[in-house]
Amino acid sequence: MSWQWFHRLGSPRWFYQKSAAWLPWLGVASLILLVIGAVWGLGFAPQDAKQGNSYRIIYIHVPAAFLALAGYYIMAICGAIGLIWKMKLSFVVMRAAAPIGAALTFVALFTGAVWGKPTWGTYWVWDARITSMLILFFLYLGVMALSGAFSREQSGDKASALLALVGTVNIPIIYKSVDWWFTLHQPATLKLTQASTIDPSMFYPLITMIAGFYLFFAWVLTMHTRTLVLQRESRTQWVRELLQPPAAKA
Amino acid sequence: MQAEQLQTSVSAHRDLPFDTDVATVHAPGFFTLLRTELTLAVRRRSDIVNPLLFFVTVLAMMPLGIGPDPEVLSRMAAGLIWVMALLATLLSQESLFRGDYDDGSLEQLALQPEPLYFPVLAKVLVHWLVTGLPLSLLSPLLGMMLNLGGAGYLPLLISLALGTASLSLIGAVGAALTVALRRPGLLLALIIMPLYVPVLIFGTGTVQAALDGYSYAPQLAILGGILAAAAALAPLAAAGAIRISLEN
Repeated sequence: MSWQWFHRLGSPRWFYQKSAAWLPWLGVASLILLVIGAVWGLGFAPQDAKQGNSYRIIYIHVPAAFLALAGYYIMAICGAIGLIWKMKLSFVVMRAAAPIGAALTFVALFTGAVWGKPTWGTYWVWDARITSMLILFFLYLGVMALSGAFSREQSGDKASALLALVGTVNIPIIYKSVDWWFTLHQPATLKLTQASTIDPSMFYPLITMIAGFYLFFAWVLTMHTRTLVLQRESRTQWVRELLQPPAAKA
Repeated sequence: MQAEQLQTSVSAHRDLPFDTDVATVHAPGFFTLLRTELTLAVRRRSDIVNPLLFFVTVLAMMPLGIGPDPEVLSRMAAGLIWVMALLATLLSQESLFRGDYDDGSLEQLALQPEPLYFPVLAKVLVHWLVTGLPLSLLSPLLGMMLNLGGAGYLPLLISLALGTASLSLIGAVGAALTVALRRPGLLLALIIMPLYVPVLIFGTGTVQAALDGYSYAPQLAILGGILAAAAALAPLAAAGAIRISLEN
């Protein structure tokens, strides 16, 4: 098997040129899925027997929480790849993933609070799942703060990658918190290995929204990575040629 | 100011009671380094006393802020003592590798052919011996001042002893990551606090279980498990972080 693609993947320039073609596809596909999922879930899915219409916030809350965790994985795995194979682009993706993941964690926490008021009668409780999500939010902020604290970019990359890896110990705790501690938050409804405990009429719009959020994440991540690549490589020849209009060069 | 610091740390090394030099500490240098570090720690008494003073002073503030009602204090005692222990550990952590980084001995340690795991473990062990352990020993006195129930003293002491050791280990990773920065204080708190949370939960859980009349062995077992995992993994991560910081 040829490893050429893998080595090329490490080149910021190659990524910048190739990813331009991916952007419209990702953007259109994610918007289509998000619109279909939102209209289907918010407008046409049946009411919940116990929660009425208030359950409909799962169409935002659940995908955001999924991506908050997936974003941490992406950040930590990219950090590990960067540390092991010294791949420049991997660190750039890691840095780009941090603010997006933090934003989605915030969305999950916020929509959870909004949902909590009608169902539990309170915006905030120190429940295991909620508290561990809050810690996830702080972990993201810590990685972002550390990566920006170093004057030498490469040191910031490596240090924040190491911190992201250390922080992964919290991820399984978040996943299992609803099963280990029986507190207010309900146990997982979507399961990979068994039948889900949700009716198909509510499940299909939800899965559409989750797919849409994944594509949205990929889209925003690609755009942010492209911006960071341009910033980092701003002194190289190819970026100068790209950003300077041809007339000005003469 | 930095020159002065450098001077004191160099002279501290020169006055070591045995005939050795940090650069020539040979493998297995764990116990040698442990002795060196302990000697240094005992000579800089303020490093030992200051976290304890901080711990006691802030706890004395609490009844002033919350009110002296014994009922309220007794319910909050375990949590307050644990949070203060956490803050005292965090504050003292910043200087864990600082002096060695400034005078270059950290670089000498990193240049040795042996893994950095044991030097880091020795430094963390000394840090716990001079901050975490005295803090734990002091905790029953503070528990008494805050009207903690009688059943809580022993679990508080044991859980603090186990827990502060984990805190020292976890915090060493943060201290190593930020040692190359000029003002790491707040950043260190920001990146390490989230990792302290499990220790805090099970630490206060131990005392609460004892006060409620249950067995607190499960919580202590989890604290012990966290300590075992931290002792195995945290020095590795800290050693990696030191190498990153030295490149900066």
